[in-house]
This record gives sequence, C-alpha cells and structure tokens, in this order.
Amino acid sequence: MTDAPPERDFRLVHPAPRARRPVVPSEVIAMLVFVFTEVMFFGGLVSAHTITRSNWPMWPPPGQPRLPIEATAVNTAVLLASAGLLWLAGRRHVEGRARAPLLGAMAAGGFFVVAQGYEWVGLVREGLTMQSSTHGAFFYLIVGTHALHVLAGLGVLVALRARLAAGRLSVDEFTAGRIFWYFVVVLWPVLYWRVYL
Amino acid sequence: MSHPEHAHADHGHAAHGDHHHEMSFSEKYLFPTDHKYIAKQYMLTGMIMAVAAGFFAYAFRMQLAFPGMSVPFFGVVSPTEYNSLVTQHGSIMVFWVAMPVLIAAFGNFLIPLMIGADDMVFPRLNRLSYQLFLLSAILVVVGWFVPGGGFGGAWTSYPPLSAKAEYSLTPAGSSIWLAAVAVEFAAFLLGGINFVVTAMNARAPGMKWHDVPIVVWFICIASILFMASVGPLIAGAIMLLFDQQLGTHFFDPVAGGDPILWQHLFWFFGHPEVYVVLLPAIGICAEIIPVFARKKLFGYRAILYTGIATGVLSFFVWAHHQFVAGIDPRMANVFTITTVLISIPIAEMVFLYIATLYGGSIKFSVPMLWALSFIFCFLIGGVTGIFLGASGADIYLHDTYFVVAHFHYTFYPIAIIGTFAGVTHWFPKLFGRYMDEKLGQIHFWGTVLSFNLIFIPLFFTGLAGDHRRIYNYNNFAELGTPDLQWLRILATVALVIMLIFQVLFVYNFINSIFKGKLAPTNPWKATTLEWTTPSAQPGHGNWTPETMPSVYRGPYEYSAPGRDDDFHPQNVP
Ligand code: HEM
Ligand SMILES: [Cu+2]
Repeated sequence: MTDAPPERDFRLVHPAPRARRPVVPSEVIAMLVFVFTEVMFFGGLVSAHTITRSNWPMWPPPGQPRLPIEATAVNTAVLLASAGLLWLAGRRHVEGRARAPLLGAMAAGGFFVVAQGYEWVGLVREGLTMQSSTHGAFFYLIVGTHALHVLAGLGVLVALRARLAAGRLSVDEFTAGRIFWYFVVVLWPVLYWRVYL
Repeated sequence: MSHPEHAHADHGHAAHGDHHHEMSFSEKYLFPTDHKYIAKQYMLTGMIMAVAAGFFAYAFRMQLAFPGMSVPFFGVVSPTEYNSLVTQHGSIMVFWVAMPVLIAAFGNFLIPLMIGADDMVFPRLNRLSYQLFLLSAILVVVGWFVPGGGFGGAWTSYPPLSAKAEYSLTPAGSSIWLAAVAVEFAAFLLGGINFVVTAMNARAPGMKWHDVPIVVWFICIASILFMASVGPLIAGAIMLLFDQQLGTHFFDPVAGGDPILWQHLFWFFGHPEVYVVLLPAIGICAEIIPVFARKKLFGYRAILYTGIATGVLSFFVWAHHQFVAGIDPRMANVFTITTVLISIPIAEMVFLYIATLYGGSIKFSVPMLWALSFIFCFLIGGVTGIFLGASGADIYLHDTYFVVAHFHYTFYPIAIIGTFAGVTHWFPKLFGRYMDEKLGQIHFWGTVLSFNLIFIPLFFTGLAGDHRRIYNYNNFAELGTPDLQWLRILATVALVIMLIFQVLFVYNFINSIFKGKLAPTNPWKATTLEWTTPSAQPGHGNWTPETMPSVYRGPYEYSAPGRDDDFHPQNVP
C-alpha cells in the first residue's frame, strides 16, 4: 500500500507498551466474518429445505421432474478444480507466476455457471418452475442463490486479476479474495448433496 | 494491512499528514467517512424514527382507551390502520431506533475513541453502511404511503397472513417493508464487520484484551450475535418475498409449504436479536456506574464472560416463542430449561453491577440515574420472562398483554433508558458542552415514572385475558368491563404524559448543543481513552501523533490508592 506514516517513538514513554500489530490482517478477518454470515445464511436455506422435504412422504414430490444428478456431478468436479487452480495461484503469487492459474480458475468457474444455466433451461422445459411445487421453488432458490454467489466470486477474481496485472495486488487482499472463492466452491458439494441427492 | 501503525486500510488519500485537516461541508455532514460524524448521523436518524414510532403508539393507544374517537392530530383509527400502526411502531422501534442508536451510533462513536484509534479500519465501508441504512429508513417510510397503506402483519410478520395480499390487504406495503428490513440488515452487516475488525486490529499500543472497556466488548459481541443470527432470517425474508411477489408456496400449507417454518427462521434471529440490543445498553451502564460510584467495576472478567455466555445461550431458546404453535411438548420442555438457564447469567450481571455500587461514593447525576433505572426496570422485564419461559404458564399468557408488558420492560430500558444514559454521559464528548442538569433530572423522573405507569397496568389486563392486537375490547363482553377499561385508559394517559416529557429532552438537547456550558476534556474524571481527546473533536482523526495514547492498565481504576486524584486514567503510566 502507500508509504507508511513516520514511526512513532514509543521508547520515550516508560515502560514502553507494544506497538499495535494485527494478529490477522484486517482484510482477512473482515472476509472471514462475512463468510461466517454467509454460512449461516445458507444454513438457513438448507434447513428450511430439509424441514419442508421431511413433510413429504417422497421427494421429489410425485409428478415433478428428476434433477440431472450425473451431469451436475461432473460440473461439481469442474468447480472443485477451479479452487485447486486458485490455490496454486496463491502459492505462486510471491514468485509472480499467479496469472495463468488465476485465469484457469476463472475459466472453470465460468464453465460451471454456464453449464448450470443450460441445465436450468432443460428443467424449465420439463415443467420444473418455482410455482410448480416447493421442490422446484427450493431448487431454484438455493441453486440460484449459489449461482449468484459464483457470479459475485467471478467478479472478485476479475478484480483480483486487474490488480495483479497492475502490480498492485497485496498479499492480504489476495488472501481475502481467495477465501471468498473457496467458500463458494466448498459450499457447492454440500448443496449438491442436500438438493440433488 | 501493510502499515499496522495506522487504522486506515481502505483510505488512500494523504490527508492524514496534517492531522485535523479542515473538511468541507459535504465531507463533514453529508458524506462523512469520519466515525464521529457517522455516529451522529445514525443517532439523529434513529431519533427522528423514534418520534414517528412514538406518535404511532400514541394513535393506537388512544384507540384502545377511547375506542372509535377521533384522535387529536390523527383522526379516527380504522381497523386496518390500527394493524398498520402497531406493526410499524414495533418494527421501527426495534430495527430503526434500537439498532441504529445503540449499536451503530454508540458503536461508531465509542469503539475508535475508547480503543485509541483514529477511525474505523474501513471508513468508506462505514459510510456505505450509513447510506444503506438511510435508504432502508426512506423505504420503510415510503411504505406508509403506497396504495393499501403500510404493512400491518405485525413486526413478526407471520405467514400466511403476511404472505398473501388477500389476507394482509397491503399488497405493496408488505413487500416494501420486507425489502426495507433486508437493506437495513446489509447496512448493519457492514457496520458489524468494521466494529469487529477495528476492535481486533486498531487498539492503542499496550491495550490488551482485558484492558478493553466493557461497552466495546459488548457492542462487538452484539455484532457477532447479529451476524450469526441474521442469515436464516434473510433466507426466510427472501422466501416470504417470493411468496408475496412470485407466487411460490414456501409458507403456504395448502401447496406443501410450512408456515411454522417462518416462525423458526424468524425467532432463531428474533431471540438473539433481543440480546443484540441488550448488550450495548448494559455495556453503557457498565461505563457509567463506575464513574459515578467512583469505584472499580466489580468483576470485569465475570461480566465479560457472562456476556459471552448469554450470547451463546441466546441461540438455544428461540422456540419459547412458539409454545402454542403446535411444537412437540418434549421440545417445549427443552426450551423451557434453556430459557430459565439464560436468566442466570443476566441475573449475575445485575448482581455484579449492584456490587459495584456497594461502598462507592455515589453521585446521582443524570447519566447515573438513567443507568440505575435501567437495572431496576430491566429486572422486572427479566423476571417476568421466567414466567413466560415456563411452557405451562405460557400457554395461558402467550400473546396477551402480559407478554407486551414483559418485553416493554426489557426493550424500553434498553432502547430508551440506555440511549438516554449514553447520550447524557457522552454529550460533553459529542458536542463539547454540558447538558442542563436540572432539566435532565426533571426529564428523567417524568419519563421513568410515567413509563412504569404505562406498563404495570398492562400486566394486569394481560392476566385478566386481554389478547394483544385487538382493535376494540368493547366488542368482547368479558373484556369490555369498566374495571379493565380504566386500566387501559391509565396506560394511555401515562403514555401521553411520557411523550410530553420528551419535549423537554429535545429542548435540552438542542439548546445544550449551542448554548450549554463549555465542558473540559474530561468532565466526569473518567479513566477511559475517549476522555483524552479534545471535546467535540475538530476534524478527521482523534489524536495528534504526539498525544496518541498508549495504554498501561484496565479501564476502571477509580479510588486508586496512592494517587492525588481518585482515578488513574488508562493512558497515564
Ligand atoms: C434481553 C431482554 C429481553 C427482551 C428485549 C425481550 C423481548 C421480548 C419480546 C419482544 C417478546 C415478544 C415477542 C412477540 O411475541 O412479539 C418476548 C417474549 C418472550 N420473552 Fe422476552 N425479552 C427479553 C428477556 C427475556 C428473558 C430474560 C426471558 C426469560 C428468562 C424472556 C422470555 C420470554 C418468553 C418466554 C417470551 C414469549 C412469550 C410469549 O410470546 O408467549 N425474555 N420477549
Ligand atoms: Cu425470546
């Protein structure tokens, strides 16, 4: 960041207290607190879904289309790969070789949303809508909310990349941004398990 | 953060070299990033909303005392208007008065000053937080004027009443209300992140965890509770909004939805929320009582850990609001036990405050009076909560005026008494002047006595069977009796008196800002760091580099032995 203000000389006071020194960088704590809120938010959605689902003798309810379990499993693997690539980018950041894996992570994330959009078109054709049943409503609500998070996460990655290209990406910012993407990725298998299986 | 010396992470410009640089009007009052001005914005907005919500209470209480009369300054209250007034009163007092004033205003003002930082760690995030909050306040006000009127489905907004326009009769009002609440939560989310990060990373050199004043701790714990509980409610709010606008059936039992689900999502947030507002208020009292008893706070660590324990427990009591919603009786037993358990830490905290008073040289200044009356009134609220927590008793008491009186004996001390305590205590720091002591005393007694006169009668009407959210009790033969009606009239008259006394406060507040006696830097001879900055600090930044404090001891060293003064400030070696 910009040049630091002049050091205050604490030795003049006696006995000298320790200067302020963050244990964890501010950006990282802020992101962790935010992710914690997000976890509770998705926890709310998933519990609501679980409770509603347990009121039905069979799920999906009769007459409602099945969800594409296999295709989504492949898509899940793609999303997990993007987290791996981002992890690689983080390791290579200090050496200045983060660019390629970061691009790869973005591409994999982009593929995931596009594939989901494709899946949605098919499901709507088969008659699964938010109004058709609580099954459909929860499906679009939970998966859609996650998709919005993927898009937001892609936005974060684009911003990180722009700062990286300009040579202004600090280690802490990069960590905070990565934490968000890891959250979005790790959340997905949980949602896949609760919603699809 | 690359330079931990400085608390401005997202603050690129170099204005901090010349420390108290002059700010332009818009920088100072319209779009400030300085935590002190943001605090004042929150406080002012909250107070304006309080006036509106107080007026609503006046209108619907008049209807209950004198059914069908044309209420002065309002007119005849129709049944739909009645519902809407009650709903807006409750939700505004909780979300647009208690939250912004207690958490956002005091949190913004006190946290940086009390930990010796120049500002929040993320000042621009802080500004965004207030702007979102203002937007939410504007939204909720807009909701009163749309066709159909303001939302009237109660602050708890239970479906199916709230989910369908056929039932709520407020097609636009309900969605606007819901959207306003959601935007507001986003605002407090940003604020809360700032509080936690600032308290963790921007403390003055030498300030260890146990040197942090209780109020700072409690506002941070409250923010964490808020962030931990609000997620499920936001999830529920989105589902409710979809039910209202997109025709989904999340909460519609006819189409496979579950209306009780909303109650779980709401109260999972709703109960922690009451501790979210309680903790800052009780923290404010923890700052005031030692100053005016000239005694060290008794059991700093016990109070702190009690606060944390309360916060954790508050996540396991929510279903005590649903004892009559058809939950499994075995489940009800569990929640009865947790509810009774949670009163233990609260009682302990009250004992510790009383122990602080014991043997002190107590000065009944206005802030001290407010702080003591907080303990007294809140005690009544807490004790009546135990009756409600016993599921057997609650089957009878649920949704009666006993509940209304219970939560007003908790919320009123928190939102009103706690705010007055804080404002009168920190007024010299906020505006550099004293408030008038005599007017303050009159306002105090007028407010607290009339408050008790409002709600003691309501315990009795509740026990006699008055259900809440009833438009006109004369429609019920057994409730429309003169015996009960005069209690309702008593409560209403006391309310009007209480509201009139607030004029005194507004006068005293405004007059003292401009004409009050000038206050020195440390008027109450207090030990915490905020009293080391010049009163009514001039610009952005709180200390010059030379006066930036370092911390040597805990925050409550009063009657310190071996000193000429009877107190030992945190920053004096
Ligand atoms: C921290 C301060 C407290 C606040 C601000 C508070 C607030 C409230 C509110 C707003 C309600 C009514 C909700 C509604 O139906 O609209 C309520 C009900 C209730 N409170 Fe409290 N409360 C507090 C402390 C306590 C304590 C300490 C206990 C028990 C030990 C307690 C037990 C209950 C119970 C059991 C109910 C449900 C009553 C019913 O609806 O039948 N509360 N409280
Ligand atoms: Cu509760």
